[in-house]
Amino acid sequence: MGIPLAVLLRMGWRNLWRNYRRTLIMLAAITTGVWAMIFMSAIMRGMVDDMVQTAVGNLPGHIQIHHPEYLDDPSIANSMPPPDQALREALAHPDILKWSSRVRVPAVITSEHDTRGVTLVGIDPEAESGLSSVADAVVSGRFLHSAQDRGLIVGRKLLNNLKTRVDRRVVVMSQDPDNQIIDRGFRIVGVFEAELESTEQAFIFAGRKTVQSLLNMGDRISEVVVLGRSYRDVQALAPLEQAAGAGREVLPWYELDTYLGTMLSTMDGFVWVWIVVIFLALSFGLVNTLAMAVFERAREIGLMQALGMRPFMILSQVLLETLLLLAIGLITGNLLALLSIALTQEGIDLSMVSEGMQMMGASQVLRPALLPGDVLLADAVVIVLGLLAGLFPAWRAARQRPVTALSRS
Amino acid sequence: MSTVRCVDLCRTFVQGEQTIKALDHVDLEIDRREFVCLSGPSGSGKTTLLNAIGGLDKPTSGEVWVAGKRIDNLNKGELADLRLHHIGFVFQAYNLIPVLTALENVEFVMQVQGVPAEQRRLASLSILQEVGLRGMEERRPAQLSGGQQQRVAVARAIVSHPAMILADEPTANLDSTSAERLMDLFAALNRHHDTTFIVSTHDPRVMAYARRLIRLVDGRIEKDEFR
Repeated sequence: MGIPLAVLLRMGWRNLWRNYRRTLIMLAAITTGVWAMIFMSAIMRGMVDDMVQTAVGNLPGHIQIHHPEYLDDPSIANSMPPPDQALREALAHPDILKWSSRVRVPAVITSEHDTRGVTLVGIDPEAESGLSSVADAVVSGRFLHSAQDRGLIVGRKLLNNLKTRVDRRVVVMSQDPDNQIIDRGFRIVGVFEAELESTEQAFIFAGRKTVQSLLNMGDRISEVVVLGRSYRDVQALAPLEQAAGAGREVLPWYELDTYLGTMLSTMDGFVWVWIVVIFLALSFGLVNTLAMAVFERAREIGLMQALGMRPFMILSQVLLETLLLLAIGLITGNLLALLSIALTQEGIDLSMVSEGMQMMGASQVLRPALLPGDVLLADAVVIVLGLLAGLFPAWRAARQRPVTALSRS
Repeated sequence: MSTVRCVDLCRTFVQGEQTIKALDHVDLEIDRREFVCLSGPSGSGKTTLLNAIGGLDKPTSGEVWVAGKRIDNLNKGELADLRLHHIGFVFQAYNLIPVLTALENVEFVMQVQGVPAEQRRLASLSILQEVGLRGMEERRPAQLSGGQQQRVAVARAIVSHPAMILADEPTANLDSTSAERLMDLFAALNRHHDTTFIVSTHDPRVMAYARRLIRLVDGRIEKDEFR
């Protein structure tokens, strides 16, 4: 037995608008809070997405497979054979979009003016397209045609440091498996630009087979780089680990770049903190509004008790009013946040602070990234904590003595 | 069996360092179908006695029995159920729920009781007609006069046919015509529906309707007179 929900809802709705100014102010606060929770989370997610995608798109990919010692000593000695049949089958996993074998060794590049330490990367241009950003980042000259291409791609910053230009020759030196110094002249065929100048200075690219031939390493490679569907959910990791066997190490991007991995988990935690802090600020207003609404209606609540409403029903009535208030605020806050995100999908221009953005590894145009989980989290926090905030005034209303409440003027 | 029985009922209030005896060892039995008036000066304990009988307040000591059940030791929920099913209240200050219309106010108790919508609507419309408020069903309390509001409160109190109606100074804020109409209604309900009425009042016109007059002074029954 109990009062029908429809009646409680009707009373709750009408009670909300008894003091419409107070309700509107509270709704404005909830709406702004929910908007800030969702939109600012999307901004932060967008920045992190950009930083991670820029970072993994430069070279690392989502997963890498190496010789187990390679990360400690990335020399030719820690190379490995190309993928065998079992690994190739695992690389055909539906969640793997692209993969490529690379040779990557420390080297020295010398022009007629300067000498610099770099990482020489031997790539297969066809497999690399869409996997890393280097193919699309060539701004001068041309990209490599094939794994046998004898040309060299260098970064804009390195080109300037070496005081050379496209079509000029440079010498690249490294070590072969017998620790003998080997060198070879390359013609610079293309120049790439990257978000970070450090990337432009650190890497030079040549055809994989050309590099293998230079280093006398046969068909051995340094790494297999894998691109999955999303950096957040590296689904293919387990099957690759199984297929790689003991002679190879399979690592996701967040273990390859622990700074980025830590930053991502910190941001995930920060979104929680952000949402809870905004709500806490909001909850003071909410508790005050509800407490005032209950205080003003003490006599009326006493009357309902006198007429036979049980304390639990009184509590439910006040909580239902809280829920209505929260629901309206959530709907408007969500809509406003979605609208804000839609309006900024072209990106927010942050070129005024480009140096700072570059330091963080993010691009100058920030696009908010909406995660459904963040919306659900914000909405759940508002509903759950909002109802908890409503519990205090509701409890006070339910426990008052009818005779005391009725005697109030 | 009596509808109401109070045994050695005491209710004291503490105000600062002073203890006020609102009810002082009251013994009382009221049978079914009685029409009882509680009279006495202000502060004599009329409202306190009504509140104790209605389960709105707990006595300091003594026992209160309603419909054969001891109620002074019931919890809030049990008292709410008792009031819902056995007692109708009419207060001095109308006490309608301002966000509900006249019809919804009358339906309220039956809604809490879980009476089906159509049944409670028909009963409420019928009782509103009986108290002379036909055509005013959709008005909110603020759109009704004092007399009309009190009639809505009476309609709400009687619509679910409680065994007993407790009325605390029901005519205090009414003009003489409205007061007379209200008391005629009470008398008719008492006669035709066997409803027990316990009415506290100062008003001699109201006392004239009572078949039993209990006069309280300083929390004690000074006179208990059957007519």
